[in-house]
Amino acid sequence: MSAVVDNNGYLLTTENLFKWFPSRRGILSRTVAYVKAVDGVSIGIRRGETFGLVGESGCGKTTLGRTLMRLTEPSKGSVTFEGTVISALKGSRLKPFRRKMQVVFQDPYASLDPRQSIGSALLEPMKIHRIASSKREAKKMAGELVEKVGLNPDHLARFPHEFSGGQRQRIAIAIALAVKPTFIVLDEPTSALDVSVQAQILGLLRSLQRELGLTYMFISHNLAVIRQMCDRTAVMYLGRIVEFADTKKLFENPKHPYTKALLSSVPVPDPSKRRELGVLQGNVPSPIAIPSGCRFRTRCPYATEKCLNLPPPLVEVERGHFIECHYDIDFAAASKVEVQPRAT
Amino acid sequence: MKASEPEELRAGAGYGRRADLKYALHLLRRNPIVLAGVTISVASVLLALLSPLIVNPTSWNQQPLNLRLCWNNPLINWQIANVFNCGGSVAVYPLGTDSYGRSLLQMIILAIPVDLEVAFEVVASAVVLGVFFGGLAGYKGGIVDEVILRVTDVFLAIPGILLAIVLIVVLGRSLPTLTIAVLITWWPYYVRLMRSQVLSEKEKPYVERLRAMGAGGIRILYGHIVQNSIYPVLVQATLDIGSVILTVSALTFIGLTPSPLLPELGNLANQGIQYIFTAPWLILFPGLTILIISLGFNLLGDGIRDVFDPRLRR
Repeated sequence: MSAVVDNNGYLLTTENLFKWFPSRRGILSRTVAYVKAVDGVSIGIRRGETFGLVGESGCGKTTLGRTLMRLTEPSKGSVTFEGTVISALKGSRLKPFRRKMQVVFQDPYASLDPRQSIGSALLEPMKIHRIASSKREAKKMAGELVEKVGLNPDHLARFPHEFSGGQRQRIAIAIALAVKPTFIVLDEPTSALDVSVQAQILGLLRSLQRELGLTYMFISHNLAVIRQMCDRTAVMYLGRIVEFADTKKLFENPKHPYTKALLSSVPVPDPSKRRELGVLQGNVPSPIAIPSGCRFRTRCPYATEKCLNLPPPLVEVERGHFIECHYDIDFAAASKVEVQPRAT
Repeated sequence: MKASEPEELRAGAGYGRRADLKYALHLLRRNPIVLAGVTISVASVLLALLSPLIVNPTSWNQQPLNLRLCWNNPLINWQIANVFNCGGSVAVYPLGTDSYGRSLLQMIILAIPVDLEVAFEVVASAVVLGVFFGGLAGYKGGIVDEVILRVTDVFLAIPGILLAIVLIVVLGRSLPTLTIAVLITWWPYYVRLMRSQVLSEKEKPYVERLRAMGAGGIRILYGHIVQNSIYPVLVQATLDIGSVILTVSALTFIGLTPSPLLPELGNLANQGIQYIFTAPWLILFPGLTILIISLGFNLLGDGIRDVFDPRLRR
């Protein structure tokens, strides 16, 4: 997807990123196979935008996020942040980037140290990156942070178990903000919360983005949340981005049969509307044994001989709208035209 | 769950330090065995601390030979011919005298701090070594883990008693030698225990968050993971106080003692074995003391585990 990446206005780009986990067997730990969690991803995230990443469970969304954050080493390919290739940095050279990139995880119960008070959890990142000049200043900043995420400074002395899920997620956001980052990976930040709390957290994230000029990568399997939050959205299937477009375009006019299937799997509260495409057939193939040719062909109602043999090229079907598919399918007419890959 | 149990004390009804403490007190009240453990352990530690005030700490060196193996406590009649009466106050010789003519009760009171000190030294050092190396092995994994585990395997392969004998021959008879001998066979268990705890703790999301934050390995491991995984180690340490006392007194009992005069429970019992038919108190009371103290710490350890291990909360 190198056509998408031109280094202008991009905060973070990845170039042909791979993350394969070796699967070892036997007493000699021979590598018998690889779990191909991220299998050649090139994306570019623009400064100030919310980049959505959507896909089924186990498609590699979280691994992609973790690889961007350098929480795991990429097997191949590179990650560039603000013009620096960070995928090769180590130790103290990586630390300044740790300050600029933060992460908020899905599980607000497990992502806080149960024996650390909220206050000291907020002071810790400031200590690590020497942000405050004095303890007094750090404490003042901690107070401001909890207020910013909608909590009370009195809460600083309390411990994680004294808070609800939504409050804990606010705390996790406050901790992420403590180092004044520019980029935050939000890994399903609301999927463990109930709906009313979800809306509050999403609202908070948006207002923080406006106020602080943050760039988000929003990972979710919840299409409604993605639609509400993201400027541009990438759809991931078995380790690759299969469709990528402005969120509005993607939802109104999906081009990849997988995206189409995902969107039509959302229940429509109108019984008279007929489903255009049935629920996806079968299971997601194992990321150890990815199908030949097009990786979606085993579940694709439009699959042909060509899909069996040839991996689909990346094509720009409209300006800024990319798919990895051999065909430009008109879902309404159920007809398809073979696409010609453009020279990139 | 019994109906009599107050609502707020039910497992899962609340957690946090206050609830834990409340639950602990509740367990104590409900479980007389744990209460006995707490009482015995606290009493023996207090006795150990106060023993130099109760008994002249140099009295073990005095050997009034005219009072050897006498008994003047009217409460027990040993039914043994020729039990020699010490004469004088029962208060000085309530448990009779030993083969050197010293008051056995005074010797036991002097022996308790000796045994407890060795036990605390062994357990504390094992905990420190275990937390350090076990934590490192579990957190770092790979080659570090492999090396640390193989080293502990080497130590675990050495038979404890044999090692103690060799060490005492090489380093000479002294309490520190004994302490080291016991420690060498003891610390690997703590390394393994800590390692297994860290292995499960380090997979929790908050560790990942700390890494993303830029926290270094030392800060994550010793500042967060260890704090969250040390409870089972502390429970084991409490249980092991009793076991170390047993081991040390076993070693002195078989003669690996710095001095035959040393007031140490195993050593006192060892003297007694020669006089088991003529002066049975000499082996009985030190033996009982070993039993009670190690039992006390074992019960305490069990109690602590009940309180802090949620899986065992009924």
